[in-house]
Amino acid sequence: MSDKAQITGWGRYPRVDGKQLYYRNEVELATLLEQHPTAIARGNGRAYGDSALAPVMLCSKHFNRVRAFNPDSGIITVESGLLLSDLLAAFVPQGWFVPVSPGTQFVSIGGMLASDVHGKNHHQDGSFGQHISAFTIMLADQTIKTCSPSQDPDLFHATIGGMGLTGVVLTVSFKLIKIQSSWIRQETLRCDSLDAVMDQFEQSDHWKYTVAWIDCLSSGQQLGRSVLFRGDHAALGDLDASKKPAPLHLTPKRKLNVPFTLPSGVLNRLSVKAFNELYFRRAPIQAEALIDYQSFFYPLDAINNWNRIYGPKGFVQYQCVIPKDKSRDALQQLLGAISSAGEGSFLAVLKLFGPQEGLLSFPSEGYTLALDFPAKPSVFALLDKLDEITVAHGGRLYLTKDARMSPHTFEHSQANLAEWQAIAQQADPEQRWQSQQSTRLAIRPVNKPDKESTHGPASR
Amino acid sequence: MAQPADSSNKTALIIGGYSDIGLAIAHQLGSEGYQLQLAARNSPRLERDITDLELRYQTKAQALELDVSDTGSHAAFIENLEPQPTLVISVAGLMTDQADAQADFAQAEAMVIANYSGLISLFERFAARMEQANRGCLVGVSSVAGDRGRKKNYIYGSAKAGFTTYLSGLRNRLADKNIQVLTVKPGFVNTRMTEGMDLPEKLTAEPQEVAAAISKAINKQRNIIYVKPIWQIIMLIIKHIPEFIFKKLDI
Repeated sequence: MSDKAQITGWGRYPRVDGKQLYYRNEVELATLLEQHPTAIARGNGRAYGDSALAPVMLCSKHFNRVRAFNPDSGIITVESGLLLSDLLAAFVPQGWFVPVSPGTQFVSIGGMLASDVHGKNHHQDGSFGQHISAFTIMLADQTIKTCSPSQDPDLFHATIGGMGLTGVVLTVSFKLIKIQSSWIRQETLRCDSLDAVMDQFEQSDHWKYTVAWIDCLSSGQQLGRSVLFRGDHAALGDLDASKKPAPLHLTPKRKLNVPFTLPSGVLNRLSVKAFNELYFRRAPIQAEALIDYQSFFYPLDAINNWNRIYGPKGFVQYQCVIPKDKSRDALQQLLGAISSAGEGSFLAVLKLFGPQEGLLSFPSEGYTLALDFPAKPSVFALLDKLDEITVAHGGRLYLTKDARMSPHTFEHSQANLAEWQAIAQQADPEQRWQSQQSTRLAIRPVNKPDKESTHGPASR
Repeated sequence: MAQPADSSNKTALIIGGYSDIGLAIAHQLGSEGYQLQLAARNSPRLERDITDLELRYQTKAQALELDVSDTGSHAAFIENLEPQPTLVISVAGLMTDQADAQADFAQAEAMVIANYSGLISLFERFAARMEQANRGCLVGVSSVAGDRGRKKNYIYGSAKAGFTTYLSGLRNRLADKNIQVLTVKPGFVNTRMTEGMDLPEKLTAEPQEVAAAISKAINKQRNIIYVKPIWQIIMLIIKHIPEFIFKKLDI
């Protein structure tokens, strides 16, 4: 059973011919593993590049039930295909929220684990993986293991952020947080320069959620001018009389749609520059507002198929993180390179991460910059330059967004790669989990271990 | 025992509750506050779905054993329902290979029972109860395949045609009794049954779209719906092709 077709990630670049296979329980999944020597798990296809692309994709779409919930502890256990949007639709009205949320709710919980997603609260709460108490995983040999920080901890830590390369996660247990309302108390701050926004970030520790939109086409004195958003879950006392009677209610909003793929080049230097100017000028210098959680966390989810605005060739996301002590210098260089190349990014986001140490996970303490660009040769040349700046400052790129970095960049930006590879090798000695990205970047060592060799398989 | 009519009691029985469309309807109605009864063969396999529905919507959900084709079991099945449903939806259906059904009458007959006569047995009993209670709603998921016979699936299609006609007559009978009878023709739907088929995207609905369309049609007291409006146009054209041309077509 398959749909064989051209499949892409959310960025619509690159495209691969692949089969999407579905399962509804463990037995059906095991049968698929018997039939296919290599495969990669795929959730809702929201990784931007080629993380969940392969000739055979095992889709968790129909493996999406809530298995257990304990309202005393807040611990929920769900099947990995459950969409965050469905979880929130069911549990926000009951007064619960996820501990960490990425910028779209149309991701699967399994995808959140495999990408070890971060949110606007990383500086306080870390990444999603840090809230996972346990998960079950089917390995390549069809055995099912339960992993937690105390049970099989190596596999636990290698799977979180492990991009599906250790197995197919079946169920995930993590802790929801209690909320009094579905509203967010938001403060907006206009910052005239990179220095200004970085200072504000560092003074905003006490806000649960912080994120900034950054104008990546401004230059000179205005380089890095931004609009900073900080927010917190509104308590009952923060609500006005109209919202108090049903504090957890969410009025469904009409969604916009991009009904067809726009021609290439609609988003160009001029249109992005005009948009940025307007967006910056319209932002208040400082203002507070109550907004619903969907508008705060998922502004782009209100536009169905927004990925079509970049035209038929698709787009690439670029997200890097730079160690905090080197961030100022690196960000200046990155923004300078983007601005002088004139490749405007429609969506540019800046965020300060708190400390985190993972094996393959993306977040670490420092500033993260996320940008998107149309997929075209001049952009790829610019991104290679950005890679150099990132690596030179000890930073790294987010695999979930990547479609184009070089194996060299990858290898030189992952400090704990050898340790991760050794664990992955044990879990999957035949290297049956392969995505287009994992082969492109040689995330698993390129040469299969030589049985005659006395050297360790994953040593570098 | 029939429950006394109580407007706060909203219970939906979904016949074919293990199917993708049946489960999507269960989620839709669960989110609207219905108590849920999912009837299917081999009902223990619904255990995880029951837990899921109860946790998400804080409602009661039951998995019930029912074989549409085993008409002898229907009276007891309905008698034992607790509470009695105010909304009955059938998404049950069976589509086996047309060529096999041509060669083997047992397969053809199985499709006729599962898609048509077995449902008459169930719906007549519910209709009688609802008539007495003077309230209720019956929803039959039929098929565009029943709108005109084609060589590719006319045995399945003729059973669905029978069901569509049956629902039409039932609606006529219950029209003055405050009981809605809704006929649903989904067109192509992305389900377990169609996985691997190359379906045109614009004509294919997700199970959740079918569920949302049914919910809306119940609230608006509709009679017949096509889930994607384009199917109404397509079937209008197909129904009006003269037979002497139609018989030569390969569609």
